[in-house]
Amino acid sequence: MEGLVEFARSIWGLWLMILFVGIVAWTFWPSRRQKLEEHGKIPFKNDPD
Amino acid sequence: MAVAATAGVVPARRDYVEDVVQAFVVATVFWGVVGFLMGTIIAFQLAYPVLNLDLEWTSFGRLRPVHTSAVIFAFGGNALLGTSFYVVQRTCRARLFGGEQLGWFVFWGYQLFIVLAATGYVTGITQSREYAEPEWFVDLWLTIVWVAYLVAFFGTVLKREEPHIYVANWFYLAFIVTIAMLHIVNNLALPVSFMGTKSYSLFAGVQDALTQWWYGHNAVGFFLTAGFLAMMYYFVPKQAERPVYSYRLSIIHFWALIFLYIWAGPHHLHYTALPDWAQVLGMTFSIMLWMPSWGGMINGLMTLSGAWDKLRTDPVLRFLVVSVAFYGMSTFEGPLMSIRQVNALSHYTDWTVGHVHSGALGWVAFVTFGAVYYLVPRLWGAQRLYSLRLVEWHFWVATLGIVLYITAMWVSGIMQGLMWRSFDHLGFLQFSFIETVEAMHPYYVIRAFGGVLFLLGALIMVYNLIRTMRGEIREEEAMVVTLPAGARAAPAE
Repeated sequence: MEGLVEFARSIWGLWLMILFVGIVAWTFWPSRRQKLEEHGKIPFKNDPD
Repeated sequence: MAVAATAGVVPARRDYVEDVVQAFVVATVFWGVVGFLMGTIIAFQLAYPVLNLDLEWTSFGRLRPVHTSAVIFAFGGNALLGTSFYVVQRTCRARLFGGEQLGWFVFWGYQLFIVLAATGYVTGITQSREYAEPEWFVDLWLTIVWVAYLVAFFGTVLKREEPHIYVANWFYLAFIVTIAMLHIVNNLALPVSFMGTKSYSLFAGVQDALTQWWYGHNAVGFFLTAGFLAMMYYFVPKQAERPVYSYRLSIIHFWALIFLYIWAGPHHLHYTALPDWAQVLGMTFSIMLWMPSWGGMINGLMTLSGAWDKLRTDPVLRFLVVSVAFYGMSTFEGPLMSIRQVNALSHYTDWTVGHVHSGALGWVAFVTFGAVYYLVPRLWGAQRLYSLRLVEWHFWVATLGIVLYITAMWVSGIMQGLMWRSFDHLGFLQFSFIETVEAMHPYYVIRAFGGVLFLLGALIMVYNLIRTMRGEIREEEAMVVTLPAGARAAPAE
């Protein structure tokens, strides 16, 4: 068990990479397109200037 | 957009804390002029050493940190704090957490930090850590102010009416949190005495060097990049009157930058006692930074797609867009210079100085000018800027100044690097050090005049803003003469 944890820690770069690829996949998932792009309009919402 | 549904909870404009933002804008402009002036003075000192005046207080070594701190922390810092308060309230549709009181504490606390730091440099109180020169008691004070700033900013995010946290706020938050971490770790030091100013760092040797450049490079990455990208993601869309090109790309831009930047610091220590693997690590992550940097630049520039004509008529937008172009240029040059073999030529030369200034003048200062021109009419309730023609003058004078500055430093730096590594047929160094200094003189003069132009542009801005704050409007021709349909397009002027 300890050896396994040791090994998992030694490849920390891989975990970060997987996390990052996950973020990219989540963001560009086609079904989220509409919802996410809508956020770009926040600065223009109800702006009294 | 569910505009009608949420209209009831929108605070009226007067409900936002704006006096504090006004003060930050004034401080930004004031310290900007001070910082550019100091830079111009020390540029002339390098060309004409007699200008050191043979006084310790006015020597290059003491005035240089006054310049760097004034432009980075006073000019850039006030711009970041002020715009972050402006943007977070509007994009969260919530009044600043802590209200006027906390806002004013952050404002005056930060100005006190700047004055303590600058007076210390001139009188020789410094811990000699690059971009972190203030001694321990000033560091402690900044920590208190910074925590108050975090509370005000994050408190506003927490009580937001808008469900989503707009991407600009992510960048601001990354800037605030990372700077807090960098500041505390890099400044860990033991004061010699309780009442004295002198302290010694907890680090020594190569660990100290790496800590300093972990701090130094991430100050570039999170102060001068992430914070100003937050400004880009708010002010470019607002001034162009269209949403950012791709909101999804902005999310990737954010996370890629966060994941990569923190590892790039060792590229400042190529061919030193730092282990080779750490040098290569720093270089590799620096090169990977090309991707988020250019992704972000494309995102900013493409926001104008379909509205490129506005560049002709709106010099404020031009400041913002050219700043993004400079961001792209300097983030192309940076990774290139982080490659060990290139660094062997560029390190310790003026090329580095030129690189820094293409980012600092072209990106950081220009995006700030754009934001200030955007904010002043709105904050002071003026109909519009006093004169767009003067913004145009500011733009071209400053741009010419930057071009003179960076081209002079490229030529000077590469020449300097090549002279250092020239050998004669017997294997002796071909040039003595003083010969390289003499060869650089004309470029130092050109650089100093570039600085004069940049300062001049800022003074034009000061005049324009003062008239704008008084609510005056200059009678002048419109930026573009509109011709009847079918007529030939008018030239830009």
